[in-house]
Amino acid sequence: MSILVIAEHNNVELKDATRNVVAAAQAIGAEVDVLVAGFSCSDVAEAAAKLTGVRNIILAESKAYEHQLAENISALLLEVAKDYSHILAASSTMGKNLLPRVAAALDVAQISDIISVESPDTFKRPIYAGNAIATVQSAEPVNVITVRTTAFDAVSTTGAAQIIKVFNDIDCGLSAFVSDQLVESERPELGSANIVVSGGRGMGSGENFSILESLADKMGAAVGASRAAVDSGFVPNDMQVGQTGKIVAPDLYIAAGISGAIQHLAGMKDSKYIVAINNDPEAPIFQVADFGLVADLFEAIPELEAAV
Amino acid sequence: MKVLVSVKRVVDYNVKVRVNADNSGVDLSNAKMSMNPFCEIAVEEAIRLKEKGIANEVVVVSVGPKAAQDTLRTALALGADRGILVETEEQVESLGVAKVLQKVVQEEQPGLVILGKQAIDSDNNQTGQMLAALTGMGQGTFASEVLVDGESVAVTREIDGGLQTVSLKLPAIVTTDLRLNEPRYASLPNIMKAKKKPLETKTPESLGVDVKPRVKVLKVEAPEARKAGVQVNSVAELVGKLKAEAGVI
Ligand SMILES: Cc1cc2nc3c(=O)[nH]c(=O)nc-3n(C[C@H](O)[C@H](O)[C@H](O)COP(=O)(O)OP(=O)(O)OC[C@H]3O[C@@H](n4cnc5c(N)ncnc54)[C@H](O)[C@@H]3O)c2cc1C
Ligand SMILES: Nc1ncnc2c1ncn2[C@@H]1O[C@H](COP(=O)(O)O)[C@@H](O)[C@H]1O
Repeated sequence: MSILVIAEHNNVELKDATRNVVAAAQAIGAEVDVLVAGFSCSDVAEAAAKLTGVRNIILAESKAYEHQLAENISALLLEVAKDYSHILAASSTMGKNLLPRVAAALDVAQISDIISVESPDTFKRPIYAGNAIATVQSAEPVNVITVRTTAFDAVSTTGAAQIIKVFNDIDCGLSAFVSDQLVESERPELGSANIVVSGGRGMGSGENFSILESLADKMGAAVGASRAAVDSGFVPNDMQVGQTGKIVAPDLYIAAGISGAIQHLAGMKDSKYIVAINNDPEAPIFQVADFGLVADLFEAIPELEAAV
Repeated sequence: MKVLVSVKRVVDYNVKVRVNADNSGVDLSNAKMSMNPFCEIAVEEAIRLKEKGIANEVVVVSVGPKAAQDTLRTALALGADRGILVETEEQVESLGVAKVLQKVVQEEQPGLVILGKQAIDSDNNQTGQMLAALTGMGQGTFASEVLVDGESVAVTREIDGGLQTVSLKLPAIVTTDLRLNEPRYASLPNIMKAKKKPLETKTPESLGVDVKPRVKVLKVEAPEARKAGVQVNSVAELVGKLKAEAGVI
């Protein structure tokens, strides 16, 4: 039994999510290798080599892998992943895009978004927007799994794995990268921040989000949003927290002007402490909040910023 | 170009489901069922392609029990031309659905297949990517914009860091994200007309697909409930509690 973890990166930096996925792999309990597929990404391989408890880094560098196109990377995986009992990736847009393609090519089921490892073939995962938790057992020869990173504590970086280069260069010719529009931010990443401050429709406009941003900067927090705030064009899509957006579980989640629809709760209800600020005392968000403040957010947020 | 759209019948997104007392699953008796919201967006996108003259036929397919006919009729009322129900009482997993769809793709030869990115019951987010692998097509997942241009399609994808645009050779697979479009409502005359549109029934067996589950559900539990919280009366009180009780700031 051995496990292959797909590293999450942008060719320059290894993303924190990989550390959580390696932790999930260690919970399964077998030798863990990490695949770094990309272009000019040796720094990423060096960083991955430091992850505690990893045996080998498999480094595949090619133009074909630069943008993580699922068609090409899954073809690569069919070459390099033959002997593994488990293939794991984060339940990020990268992992969700790639692993089902790999699983189908191997004619095995894929298990999405696990939150715990019960045994090497048995896992827990949320279904119905987290309103139920299923324990599932796979009988497949290869377990292809995406991991909810917030459910596993990141491994540390005391390792010294060996880097093994492979020279595959598979371009299926089915897809091509055109462009990307990435949101640059100095703030911590939503998925791994200790504090998240989120705004909803109650923020009223994109400009008004500046009061949340300013609070976030004072607290060292990431900024999130509800779908309504994203749909209304207040903020970009990558800030959406929820069933179909990002899952967060910080020590402190502050929801301002968010009603608390099940789809939003699915993305944040595993936070350690939840604060809700809403001027409607009946808002469902108060049912999950540890500390609820019935107030106008335009008064409460600046006051909070002054007080922390 | 023919567009194939795959739609799933699921519990309505407004229903808060409860786990069965025997932990075998969730209780859906009497629950309102609807078309999966991401599939509504897929149907809408296909109809818009037809309205723009890019598509000439929209075929909708669903894998599920007899009642999934209602979901297909809804899609027909929205403007799809023809429906295919692949009828089974089995809870078909994403891989099984993808295999069924692969056969339908072989028969129908669509130029584009549109699916939802995720079914809100299983929360799997797998079927489109699996179908892409099985048919050897390119995949544009989590789409917020789809531009068909002759032999290829440009798909803008919602990814964790922002947006990414890829170009795929046609035929291709697209899965929809929430911001791709705003689905229309069906008008009463169109609901009436939809009753006369063709709806064909097949079975997984007639397509030669084994849809037996590969993964066993051992149990289904309710998530841990959060402890009831407290109401604070001022920001000062809130900050006090966050510091002293929670120790998070
Ligand atoms: C398939 C599907 C998937 C979805 N996925 C997600 C998802 O991933 N994430 C997500 O968030 N949603 C998701 N949704 C949408 C979800 O159902 C809700 O519509 C959405 O979460 C509502 O956002 P909101 O709370 O910001 O807006 P609203 O529900 O409109 O709430 C706004 C709140 O702001 C309060 N407010 C207004 N003004 C003030 C003020 N001045 N001070 C204080 N409070 C104020 C109001 O009292 C109200 O409670 C999904 C829906 C569907 C159908
Ligand atoms: N039983 C089904 N019948 C038709 N389409 C389905 C079915 N299951 C999944 N799909 C399609 O695949 C998408 C993603 O579902 P999933 O991968 O199960 O989360 C859905 O939005 C549908 O378009």
